[in-house]
Amino acid sequence: MTDVESLTRWLRDYASVVHENAGLLTELDAAIGDADHGVNMDRGMTAVVAALEIRFDTPDALLKKAGMTLVSTVGGASGPLYGTFFLRFGTALAGVTSIGTEDLGKALRAGVEGIVARGKAVLGDKTMYDAWAPALEAYDAAAADGTGPAIAAAAEAAAKGRDSTIPLVARKGRASYLGERSAGHQDPGATSTALLLDSAARTLP
Amino acid sequence: MKKLINDPADVVSEALLGFEAAHGDRVRVDHANKVVYRKDAPRPGKVGLVSGGGSGHEPMHGGFVGLGMLDAACAGEVFTSPVPDQMMAATGEVDGGAGVLHIVKNYTGDVMNFEMAAELAADSGTEVVSVVTNDDVAVQDSLYTAGRRGVGVTVLLEKIAGAAAEQGRSLAEVADVARKVNDNGRSMGMALTSCTVPAAGKPTFDLAEDEMELGIGIHGEPGRQRLPLAPAKDVAALLVEPVLSDLPFRSGDAVVAFVNGMGGTPLIELYLMYHEVRQLLDRAGVSVARSLVGSYITSLEMAGCSVTLLKADDDLLRLWDAPVNTPGLRWGV
Repeated sequence: MTDVESLTRWLRDYASVVHENAGLLTELDAAIGDADHGVNMDRGMTAVVAALEIRFDTPDALLKKAGMTLVSTVGGASGPLYGTFFLRFGTALAGVTSIGTEDLGKALRAGVEGIVARGKAVLGDKTMYDAWAPALEAYDAAAADGTGPAIAAAAEAAAKGRDSTIPLVARKGRASYLGERSAGHQDPGATSTALLLDSAARTLP
Repeated sequence: MKKLINDPADVVSEALLGFEAAHGDRVRVDHANKVVYRKDAPRPGKVGLVSGGGSGHEPMHGGFVGLGMLDAACAGEVFTSPVPDQMMAATGEVDGGAGVLHIVKNYTGDVMNFEMAAELAADSGTEVVSVVTNDDVAVQDSLYTAGRRGVGVTVLLEKIAGAAAEQGRSLAEVADVARKVNDNGRSMGMALTSCTVPAAGKPTFDLAEDEMELGIGIHGEPGRQRLPLAPAKDVAALLVEPVLSDLPFRSGDAVVAFVNGMGGTPLIELYLMYHEVRQLLDRAGVSVARSLVGSYITSLEMAGCSVTLLKADDDLLRLWDAPVNTPGLRWGV
């Protein structure tokens, strides 16, 4: 069962992963965006870790706090997108303390629906959604085996989704102004999403 | 990187300290939230105008706070959108009971953060209407991009909508005026050199000594095409023609003509460009009712310029002429 403890582990782990990969994320962003994704995500996740000093009784309180913190500290497009993800993810878990595989999958999907509502991206736009969409599908396909295998499958699919962004021409965000020149570059948002799910596979349930 | 800074991390907060020290007669600054306020905000019964965006475009937006223009401007990090907390603080602070207009440039981060702020403000009971500027004709196909960027028209819109609010018009009326400005304005920009974001420490892109980038945005994002450097009269044609044909502006139209410097181009060159622009407009039969020449929406130290034309009727021109008293624009007072 996933609970406040394991979710807290996940957020802490992701913060250190983002810190280690801040340079990579910024470098990817410099090629097709505005060279601040790593710096912004690192600032946001550092603030999330600081917010974890308070003990949270329920998953939804924890995740909503993480979401609000990201919205307040990241800026750019990734702040509202990741912030909305955690807010909707948390809202979907209201009243649940011990999260089963199916509930976790539904809540992740609610979070991703929040990203889509906010960013209006579709598959193939060269955004973080290209990592999220296959991850949700893989999670559901493996859900019968339990949370561990499901989240591992999701992480693997997210990594493939991240790689699939390389040849794509961006249709959303600042990269879209590059047109054909955006092809050949890995999307920084899909990269930070693949890192988030990889971190989840190591820390959940 | 050669810049007059102390630490790249402190550029925005230290600039705001200086801004308040220099213009404390007209503005006050909430340094914790990085919001510039008109000194006497909120004005009871007046629609509040809130804008904001990444820093590095000065005098926009903080320089346009004051009588007849904005009530508040939220400053983000350099070229990074501000966050909803700043916009919510500003929205609550300037609401004089008549609602608040958000003026947002069409950049993905700005749009998303203002959208979240408007949703949260609505929950707290303040009526908010958002107007998004998207006047940049360099972006040709909105279907395959995040859409046209909000650039030069934003300056004209903040002035004109600010005057409408000052007259006591309602939120719906001020929003209509703002949309009318955006719908009737078009811009195109170019760069001679790149700019350096303090935190990055090196130029955003490389442009050879004999090249220029046409159709640039206000963050050094790439434009339509890279061309060999050309004389000012040819550059003027490359900017004016796509603007004229896009709206389209027709013979007999009256316009506000705005030649804007990107931050690193001296005024003498902007006036030279304005002369070229003016000749092209004369030839097209477009009459210039008002003009604005100077660096108002910039991209740090980038050299280059943009041309904005706004088709203006009598109401817009009267609002343009109305008194304004801000650090960046001042007349009629």
